[in-house]
Amino acid sequence: MNLTLKIWRQKNANDKGKMVDYQIGDISGDMSFLEMLDLLNDQLINKGEEPVAFDHDCREGICGMCSLYINGEAHGPDRGVTTCQLHMRMFKDGETIFIEPFRAKAFPVIKDLVVDRSAFDRIQHAGGFISVNTSGNTIDANTIPVNKHDADDAFSAATCIGCGACVASCKNSSAMLYLGAKISQFALLPQGKIEATDRVLNMVKQMDEEGFGNCTNTGACEVECPKGISLENIARLNREYLSATLKG
Amino acid sequence: MALDSKTPQGPIADKWTNYKNHINLVNPANKRNIDVIVVGTGLAGGSAAATLAELGYNVKAFCFQDSPRRAHSIAAQGGINAAKNYQGDGDSTYRLFYDTVKGGDYRSREANVYRLAEVSANIIDQCVAQGVPFAREYGGLLDNRSFGGVLVSRTFYAAGQTGQQLLLGAYSAMNRQIGRGKIKMYNRHEMLDVVVVDGKARGIIARNLVTGEIERHSAHAVVLGTGGYGNVFFLSTNAMGSNVTAAWKAHKRGSYFANPCYTQIHPTCIPVSGDHQSKLTLMSESLRNDGRIWVPKNMKDVTAIREGRLKPTEIADENRDYYLERRYPAFGNLVPRDVASRAAKERCDAGYGVNATGEAVYLDFATAIQRYGKEQATVKHLDANDKALIKKLGQEVVKNKYGNLFQMYEKIVDQDPYNTPMMIYPAVHYTMGGLWVDYNLMTTVPGLYAIGEANFSDHGANRLGASALMQGLADGYFVLPYTIGNYLSDDIRTGPISTETPEFVQAEKEVKEKINFFITNKGSHSVDYFHKKLGKIMWDKVGMSRNVTGLTEAISEIKALREEFWKEVRVPGTNEEFNEQLAKAGRVADFLELGELFAKDALDREESCGGHFREDSIELSGEQKGEAKRDDENYAYVAAWEYKGEPSAAVLHKEELEFKDIELKQRSYK
Amino acid sequence: MSGILNSSIGRKFAMALSAFFLMVFLLQHFTINLLSVISEDTFNNVSHFMGTFWLVQYVLQPVLIFGVIFHFIMGFVLEVRNRNARQISYAKNNGNANSTWMSRNMIWSGLAILAFIGLHFYDFWLPEINTKFIEGDMSGLLPNGEYRYFEELQHKFVDVWRVVLYCIAFVFLALHLLHGFSSAFQSTGANNKYTKGLQGFGKAYAIIIPLGFVFIALFHYFNH
Repeated sequence: MNLTLKIWRQKNANDKGKMVDYQIGDISGDMSFLEMLDLLNDQLINKGEEPVAFDHDCREGICGMCSLYINGEAHGPDRGVTTCQLHMRMFKDGETIFIEPFRAKAFPVIKDLVVDRSAFDRIQHAGGFISVNTSGNTIDANTIPVNKHDADDAFSAATCIGCGACVASCKNSSAMLYLGAKISQFALLPQGKIEATDRVLNMVKQMDEEGFGNCTNTGACEVECPKGISLENIARLNREYLSATLKG
Repeated sequence: MALDSKTPQGPIADKWTNYKNHINLVNPANKRNIDVIVVGTGLAGGSAAATLAELGYNVKAFCFQDSPRRAHSIAAQGGINAAKNYQGDGDSTYRLFYDTVKGGDYRSREANVYRLAEVSANIIDQCVAQGVPFAREYGGLLDNRSFGGVLVSRTFYAAGQTGQQLLLGAYSAMNRQIGRGKIKMYNRHEMLDVVVVDGKARGIIARNLVTGEIERHSAHAVVLGTGGYGNVFFLSTNAMGSNVTAAWKAHKRGSYFANPCYTQIHPTCIPVSGDHQSKLTLMSESLRNDGRIWVPKNMKDVTAIREGRLKPTEIADENRDYYLERRYPAFGNLVPRDVASRAAKERCDAGYGVNATGEAVYLDFATAIQRYGKEQATVKHLDANDKALIKKLGQEVVKNKYGNLFQMYEKIVDQDPYNTPMMIYPAVHYTMGGLWVDYNLMTTVPGLYAIGEANFSDHGANRLGASALMQGLADGYFVLPYTIGNYLSDDIRTGPISTETPEFVQAEKEVKEKINFFITNKGSHSVDYFHKKLGKIMWDKVGMSRNVTGLTEAISEIKALREEFWKEVRVPGTNEEFNEQLAKAGRVADFLELGELFAKDALDREESCGGHFREDSIELSGEQKGEAKRDDENYAYVAAWEYKGEPSAAVLHKEELEFKDIELKQRSYK
Repeated sequence: MSGILNSSIGRKFAMALSAFFLMVFLLQHFTINLLSVISEDTFNNVSHFMGTFWLVQYVLQPVLIFGVIFHFIMGFVLEVRNRNARQISYAKNNGNANSTWMSRNMIWSGLAILAFIGLHFYDFWLPEINTKFIEGDMSGLLPNGEYRYFEELQHKFVDVWRVVLYCIAFVFLALHLLHGFSSAFQSTGANNKYTKGLQGFGKAYAIIIPLGFVFIALFHYFNH
């Protein structure tokens, strides 16, 4: 395949940045999207130009490091995959592909396609944990039975990889799906209920301070989420938050 | 220097308890005055950082990713072992200990492994308390599955992403401490050197990967939880950023590097599809619970398949060679990883590989789908003779167990594994070798610790499935927090460590010089060019099967490649920016040294053990004919290499392994 | 409870509550309007009751006005905040791939409805207030002694341009409701096994009510 790439180039956080066109040929459908970018970078380096910076690490769809807004969608046009698992067979010969960073005020661009998602970490610092010491003096695991249905739902929520596709896809740059997933994981487990009130109040407060927008239930996040995290988690977050607010 | 493992005296079952009863402790007020640096935030580093902070130490944690949650432990799929015996199938601490030592082909230190088995059960308690959503049965209790090389079900799991859930548990424990200010987290920072002051590790030099700033960080002890070095092969199941740099810098500063040649080649990975490939993807070992591995029995079928004239589903059962079941009837498809990998290579080398490259075998779920389908039909009182229904029901069960893996396979290969067998081939996955540590997990540099995959200690020459997660968390949550206290009890009066000492100045200068070299060198090839070449040498000559000729060639080829690298490498951009190529250049430079030591170690060990298979050391007759042959008389030792400039000049130190509680036997899975 | 409106979820919750209130009002408004098609007398009687009963006039009406104003102001506040949360927009954004046009354009359908309410107030509410509270005529009667409500209603739908404007506004109302109905439930945390049914009901509501209004407008246009 031969492709035209329109890629966002931005030297650093203070640079204004712009879209730049690149031509690339000889792309096989079996390549992953990032392998296609590797090839582009190799060609750029050999030409003495600056390679395109992008985040990536595990390349098997689980670490959540890769991002990219491809042809107007987070992680590109395929469903249930991250960019590293998006394969070039999804594109047609001669196609023009737009490649942009995840955009949100809370995710400032570091360079080119690399953004700073530490706002996500700070939300977790505010309460994304159960306060048990890791000393090992805990009770036997099987003394806390958990209804299988709840355990499965908690797991589904916990599959969030923290990539930020929800924020990137949301017209409001809302982080509600991300937070909803974490709140749900703990809200569904007996271990998590003890601190539920403080957890949700503190985490929502932090989320708001980070400058994410408000959820307007467009559902874009659920569609673009590579792990298929459900909107039910946002509803649960709303419930948890409202009941926590009433409790004070 | 003689290697002293500092293993406590006494019966093996009491060693750890006795040890804990007699170590020196640091009182809570003094812990506040002690700093610890933890590099790496995977299961080992993350759990260590959290626990040390809870204990009261001031922790500085470093990771090169943009968040500690992204460390490569996250990619572990199958599960975590623990001797809970919840299934009542005869498991015990001793049995886990025994299986691990045997699985490691008797090349691990007994006392360490026993301790690992001993604390394993507690890991599960800990993780459940943290809210890790393990798989459960309908009664609400924890579920188990079975893994390769063992005869019990002791593996706890969370679908096909156990590593992610455990790491998020450790990450949440870290977050709690970050929120309290007890951990200072440095994301997007890469450690580029250890600073040793008066013979003790007292800090690190790190590069801020966003700004390029070179920073000095001091502490009373330094802990490396920086993972393995499988990426020396270029293609592996490791993350793109996984590297040996931290461990290698420690080696250069005096830590011995143990058993570098012990590499685990994982049998079930998605085969290479072309030259563009940047990494390999693992399909969890848990798939071998239900998948049967085979190649066609007849060469004409192989040819027909490669030419696309025949589909694997069209080959009758009697024309298939289920070679693991044939060769190892007792363990069948669940033999340990090294055995399964070599068997696949044997079939492919004999010409029976089933894809265009000839390097793939089938992993087939049709039998399991039938079995589960019939089970479900019985449970649901449905017609057990309706073939379509049975298939549908069976596929649903398989989807529940392995859905995410099947989906991943389909996305990558573009074939539906519910209806056609998966193609798999072995790939580099884990490195059992690593920094030599004593019973305290301390390297030969006082105050410098190595935990998790970064050390060498628990898996011998081959790691059993679901044991890496166990070791990482055991080290971080339960072992290091005790052992490091014993060391730090001497430091309660030391006070803050200055970063202005000549050692810090010198280390920083060396780091800056190297970076400056990369930036200014006007070479002709990109970093990846060298990395790929190194990977090819390693895979071809130091891979699944090794011989003297190949290893000797590898050593000289790697040396030559290294020399070329230092002349011809080209790194674009500057230091004062986000520059991935620059970071990669430093990592590949270290791989180019490690690779040679790796080959040297493999050449030196004239036996086959675990993941290290020497073609000149096989059983020549008897029931085990053709299987790997260990040489306990001459090689029952840990090979710990001391750095002396060039890898070729490295000096070998031996830690003789004593087996008092387990009888040394040939590993038989027949 | 204090400061709930300072949180993102609190604001959404308030938005949803006002939406529920307005949707109930809409249903009531529609029911009474529908009477104008069925029976002139009933319509007049009910209109007079609503226009003169103290609870409706002095309690419900102010609450309604507050609800409308609140819903709009909060809508604007959210819109401004949300726009601010992404300062550089995408060069290419394929919104249709993951969400409906309605859900992404609530501000525009809302503004269209706001404009319509302006017209609607000018047409009905202001004259009503003028008659009752400025001129002080609480009788609800025309000089000929009959109720004025039906007469006034039909009189408004003589102009074709007004009928067209009303119909366009109802289309926007439908678009607004198509997302707003189920969104309000989601915002209050209701997402469970009834959600699917509720969404179906919401779609029906969002189409039938505005369509009904269109029907009523056209009915009076053709039958005056």
